Amino acid sequence: MTSIAKTLHKRKKIKNNLKIIQEQSSFAKAQKMDVPEGLYEKCPSCNRTVNMKSNIANDYICKHCGNHFRMRAIDRIRYIVDEDTFVEKGLGYITLNPLFQDGYEEKISHYKKTTNLDDAYIYGFGQINGQQCVVGVMDSYFLMGSMGSVVGEKVTKSFEYAVYKKLPIIIFTASGGARMQEGIFSLMQMAKTSAAVAKHSKMGLLYISVLTHPTTGGVTASFATLGDIILAEPGALIGFAGPRVIEQTIKQKLPDGFQTAEFMEEKGFVDKVVHRKDLKKTLAQLLLMHRRVA
Amino acid sequence: MDILAKERKVKELEKQISELGNSEAVVKIKQEITRYKEKEMRKLSAWDRVLLARHQQRPTAMDFIQFMAPDFIELHGDRLFRDDHSIIGGIGTIDGVVFTIIAQQKGKSLEENLERNFAMPHPEGYRKALRLMQQAQKFKRPILTLIDTPGAYPGIGAEERGQGHAIAQNLLEMSQFTVPIITVIIGEGGSGGALALGVANKVMMLENAIYSILSPEGYASIIWKDSNLAPKAAEVMKLTAYDLKEFSIIDRIIMEPLGGAHFDKVKTFQDTKNAIMEEFNKLRRLSPTELHYLKNNKIRNYGFLQRFNYDNLGGIKR
Repeated sequence: MTSIAKTLHKRKKIKNNLKIIQEQSSFAKAQKMDVPEGLYEKCPSCNRTVNMKSNIANDYICKHCGNHFRMRAIDRIRYIVDEDTFVEKGLGYITLNPLFQDGYEEKISHYKKTTNLDDAYIYGFGQINGQQCVVGVMDSYFLMGSMGSVVGEKVTKSFEYAVYKKLPIIIFTASGGARMQEGIFSLMQMAKTSAAVAKHSKMGLLYISVLTHPTTGGVTASFATLGDIILAEPGALIGFAGPRVIEQTIKQKLPDGFQTAEFMEEKGFVDKVVHRKDLKKTLAQLLLMHRRVA
Repeated sequence: MDILAKERKVKELEKQISELGNSEAVVKIKQEITRYKEKEMRKLSAWDRVLLARHQQRPTAMDFIQFMAPDFIELHGDRLFRDDHSIIGGIGTIDGVVFTIIAQQKGKSLEENLERNFAMPHPEGYRKALRLMQQAQKFKRPILTLIDTPGAYPGIGAEERGQGHAIAQNLLEMSQFTVPIITVIIGEGGSGGALALGVANKVMMLENAIYSILSPEGYASIIWKDSNLAPKAAEVMKLTAYDLKEFSIIDRIIMEPLGGAHFDKVKTFQDTKNAIMEEFNKLRRLSPTELHYLKNNKIRNYGFLQRFNYDNLGGIKR
């Protein structure tokens, strides 16, 4: 075989592999999954039942009271990113059981099946109203979106990818905190992700973090609150310690509206609370304002 | 029998010594104490170490500082809200080298503990620490942090003033400093509250200190819905210095005397000081760029995971 033929053969092989990788991506797999017609859910805010399918069509907003439901990562991407522009990156991570905890592997494989994700975070390249950026989304349906080694690694990778491509990054956080089944390794992910933010920030690139319901614990105390611009969805629970822990510690009932997005905006830790319907427009506008002029 | 019961027995024997004047009997009892300690206190369970880390008589950060840096000057306040007493910070000289020292301080009595908030810092404490570290960066001073906290304080005021934000800011800034940072975990290292002072070039740990993502009680109550199973949780969580050294989360273990640091405080202080200076003398040879690179490299490699290899996919059937 001549060298040219060899190269062509190699290129074909790589292309083939890439195709398989794309088919195996969580985004592709999860898109095939659909919600059945007759499924109903109770709105936690107004206690009325809502049809799941029409609710998803309405961007997971309750049509009665305007409450923002939790959103699957895949739907978030479908809603925020322009159609057919999302390319998932960072595939093939495998969650291990470093502390040999009972039942952890079963839990992970269960959630893998129900959500079709590798772990509670997916990221990739996408366009928002034509503006190129890196989009990362946490999925709170995967073990409460907790941050273990894989999530920490993928968050770090997404920042590194953004640095490599010189792109702004948008991360939607939804997490119960660090994943305790992985013990000290989860804790160290806080340092790792924060250092990744610093690396990205040093390059003069934009990082927007969007806090969605719920953002607590180790994620709040690392990359979620380090954004250049921090947006939040109305009614989202945002805080370091969970409300139950605080109530146990101070032995008092917490006031209404404590730790909500509006509360955090008033205390000065969130730039703007944005309704989900306006989110895409706002993000596109912010990206446009931070466009790099050559 | 846990470590506290064993300790009580040793204390009883020691009491006998003071009652007895006779030298022959004293020698005998002393031998028995040594034998007993050697037999019962050499190998400890994880829960024993948790109990020792929380021991009432365990030396606090201030004891360490007063021994290592007798000229320590404490500096107060975060310049934004108030002074948090659960974190102490200041400047001191250790073996002729001026360090910025920041530590979490537990109290020795109930009153002092109330004042120190049981070493559970508020956001202003972390912001004070950050201010002092930035000062150290300005004057090219090495930083020494001593960690001893059950965790960051979960309360209304702490949330209102942005506990999460304060910790995150510390993590980010500490990873970017180019002066040598040395951390010693001297007692409890609880969760993000401990890590917020622990992003360092060298992380060391006393033998009976613990470092974990949450308390064993909290772990037991979340996983098994019963906080009385904390001893079992301590075994499962791998929070002792030996486990963490194996995971290369920490760089060095500082040995304690048999039965815990409070049995021979001066020796513990001396060993800690020697370890700090030994590591510092290694770090001082490195340039700021090297320090920054090595620290970030270390942080980058934290984690325990696997990535599927896509190189040999050609053979997979579709």
